[in-house]
Parts: sequence; structure tokens; C-alpha cells
Amino acid sequence: MTTLTDTLTPPPAALGGAGEVRDYFALLKPRVMSLVVFTALVGMLVTPSGVHPVLAAASLLMIAIGAGASGCLNMWWDADIDAVMTRTRTRPIPAGRITGGEAFSFGTALSIGSVLALGLIANWLAAGLLAFTILFYVVLYSMGLKRLTAQNIVIGGAAGALPPVIGQAAVTGTVHLDTIVLFLIIFVWTPPHFWALALVKSGEYGRAGIPMLPNVAGPDSTRRQILAYTLLLVPLALSPVWLGFGGLAYLVVGAISGAGMLALAVKVFVRRTGDAGNRAAMELFGFSILYLLLLFATLLAEHAFGLFRAVPWVFA
Amino acid sequence: MSGADPTRRGGSDGAPPSPPLSRADMRRRRSRSIAIAVSLAVMVLIFYAVTIVKLGPQVLVRPI
Repeated sequence: MTTLTDTLTPPPAALGGAGEVRDYFALLKPRVMSLVVFTALVGMLVTPSGVHPVLAAASLLMIAIGAGASGCLNMWWDADIDAVMTRTRTRPIPAGRITGGEAFSFGTALSIGSVLALGLIANWLAAGLLAFTILFYVVLYSMGLKRLTAQNIVIGGAAGALPPVIGQAAVTGTVHLDTIVLFLIIFVWTPPHFWALALVKSGEYGRAGIPMLPNVAGPDSTRRQILAYTLLLVPLALSPVWLGFGGLAYLVVGAISGAGMLALAVKVFVRRTGDAGNRAAMELFGFSILYLLLLFATLLAEHAFGLFRAVPWVFA
Repeated sequence: MSGADPTRRGGSDGAPPSPPLSRADMRRRRSRSIAIAVSLAVMVLIFYAVTIVKLGPQVLVRPI
């Protein structure tokens, strides 16, 4: 029975100050942050810059903090959605361990601090790009597109694709074609990655009121678009070879893993119902993470450890 | 001297004071304070290292 005392006593987080340190760390979406660090590091390394390692490491840390801050502000804004989805309901805000106000203050302070620090440590182009990324992700994606259109993650994917560009801008002061191609690879990779998950979780997204593509256009149309984006992604992912900054190892890894990605996208397209359909979608979701990781790890190995061997017939 | 009770929150602007902090609340507050202190110390070290690197070795070569 609910008593008057129960209704008057606020839950712990309503007063604030109930969060553990690990809750604040969770607000930064550490897994997303690690992907940002990884892709930004590749962006730093694809063009020789001669920048001091201390400056590069400090810049990378600020990019990571900025990415974490945008994740924190995203959790602050999306707390109502997170509360109704099983995947996200244990996050610090919906679980009642941290208040929305605390998350907002934490995210805002880290956003401003990371942008200013990156400007002072590296340059203001990199800082401007970091600020743009945070605003794009929080304001345009989280507050706007996510609840309005089925193309939410297509356009919003630009925020997740920018870290290599920021990384390169931090160490060279400019943006080259190399990292624009890396941006495009992540940008085109994002829709098949998220739509594969959305196919399986469409019920949850529907309950949360998020217009993901399977809920709006239907699962068949989603499968067609996953295949179309994958057909675009696989050759695009090989373009670093033709542009001269992806070597022989990258060509081999990109071709083999690209074939795997394409095979799984075809499997998702063919198997449309029941457990087999869900399994195929989750296989594509899981493999897409490995695919991106392999592409960037190979570029990292080629440029950081001297493994780059030019492909003989490329004259870039 | 009447010091504020560190285990109590609120009540300064006419609002009723909140319940006293529990032992768990105090532990969480302490761990957050330590995390903030460590973060600030790391930031100081980073800015010191960045400043030294940006100045470079020529900073010590000055006309007497």
C-alpha cells in the first residue's frame, strides 16, 4: 500500500548526490568513447604530421572527453526513452542514481572544457570541429532527428563519423581527402549497422516512440536498404587503397571482411522471418562492428608500425 | 561556533531540511570528491606537460 510518507519521500536521485563515480563514467558511454579514440587515432596517423606525442595524446584525450560529454547530454535528453527500453533502462538516469540536472551539468561542463582545452592544446579548427560534433549529436540528432524521422541515424551518423577528421585536424591543422574518405566509410557503415539491430528491437523502438526504419517503412524495405548501403560500403571501404593510404594488408583485409559483410547483408535480405531472420540480423550487427574495427586496425598497423606496403598497381 | 552539519542537505533557503546523509551517501560523496581531485591533478599535469612541449627547449636559451 502506498502511504503519504512514501509519496512525500523523494527517491534518492531526486535530491541529487546519489551517484557513484562509476555512474558518472557510465554517462560518458565508454564503449562509444573507445571507438571514437580509436578512429580519431587513425585519423591522426594516416597523414604524417611530426606533431609531438604529448600534444597528440592530450588532443586525443580531449576528443574522447568531448565525445563522452555528448554521450552524457544524449542520456540526459533521452532519459524518458531509455526508461522504456530493456537495453537502456539500467542507465544511471532512468535507474534513478543520477538526476537529469546532474547529468546536464556534467555533460555541459565537459563539453565546454574539452573544446576549449583542444583549442589551446592543438588548434581552433580541431576545437571547432569537436564543438560542431557535440552540437550536431546533441541538438540535431538527439533533440531533433531521433524522434522525427526514420532517417535519424543516417543523418545523425555524421557525428559518429567525424572523429578521424577531428584527429587529423588536431595534428595537421587542416583536413585532407584521406580523412574525408574515413568519414564517408563510417557514415555509410552506420545505417546497416543500426538497422540490423533495429530489425530485432523494432518492438522496443516502437514502444519508445522512436521512428526507426523498420517501424516506419517496414522490415522488407529496411532489408533492401541494408543491402543497398552495404553494396555502397564495401567498395567505398577499399577506396583508401586507390587513394594510396591503404596498403596491401588493407586491401586483403578490406576485401575479405567486405565479402563477409556483403554475405551477411544478403543473408538478412533472404531470411526474413522468425528466429532465422533475427539471428541473421544480429550476426550482421555483430560482424559490422568487427568489420569497422578490422578496417581501422589495419590502417593503424600500416601507419603506426611500418607495415605499409603499397599495392603495386596503384599510382596514387 | 556553530558549524553546519555535513550530514544534512538543504534547509538554507527556508525549505525543510532533507533527511541526514546515510553512511552510504557519505561514502559516495567521498569517492566523488576523490575522483574530482584526481581529475584536477591529471589536468594540471597535462597542461604542464603541454606547456613545456609547446615552449620547447629554446626557452632556456635566452640572452643574459
